[in-house]
Amino acid sequence: MTVQILIPTPLRQFTNNLESVAVEGSSVGEALNNLCLKYSPLQKHLYSDDGKLRNFVNVYVNDEDIRYLQKESTPISEKDILSIIPSIAGGDV
Amino acid sequence: MLKLSKAAFDAIRKHGEQAFPHECCGVLFGKVNGEQRVVGEVFVIENQFEEAERYHRFLITPDNYREAEKVARAKKVDIIGFYHSHPDSPSVASKYDLDHAFPWFSYVIVSIMKKKYYDIHSWIMENDRSGFNEESVIIE
Repeated sequence: MTVQILIPTPLRQFTNNLESVAVEGSSVGEALNNLCLKYSPLQKHLYSDDGKLRNFVNVYVNDEDIRYLQKESTPISEKDILSIIPSIAGGDV
Repeated sequence: MLKLSKAAFDAIRKHGEQAFPHECCGVLFGKVNGEQRVVGEVFVIENQFEEAERYHRFLITPDNYREAEKVARAKKVDIIGFYHSHPDSPSVASKYDLDHAFPWFSYVIVSIMKKKYYDIHSWIMENDRSGFNEESVIIE
């Protein structure tokens, strides 16, 4: 099925400036993988080298953080909207 | 180039001095005009990192980000980037900053030495995550 993923401003340069991208997938993980296949430069910003979602990349299904659902196995349906929401961390050495 | 309004600069400086010896943080609101980024105001965030580590860490949670997005939308401005302070340390982006950065955003760092403003610099991460490039800051 096709779902919409909302792309945050800093990553739109990799999606031809699209704010929203339609991808196939029946789980969050599948949809994100298909997003990265479609726009490969996104891969390194969403996933670390070991293939895990970066811990400052947050994915919401509608208004729910997938960490409190079934993480990347969270099932999705056509009415759902996925959002990639940054959290911002940093600091001195 | 990043243009900071005097009001935005004063707010960042004041926040950094008040938060000392902890790091402060917040969101830059403004507009992008080609190569020029204009920050009119900042949206102050309370550092959400655990207290014992706030002397060298800051965190803006996804809920903070979503709230900032909502406010920005209402003000018809964009999130251009973020600011944070380095207490008693130079305003140079660290490895930790790099590991946690997003591309495109401006990362403004203010150095606060002994509770007083020292200097300010802004950084943008390379798209391949290999490092930061400095962008010039103009205050007016």
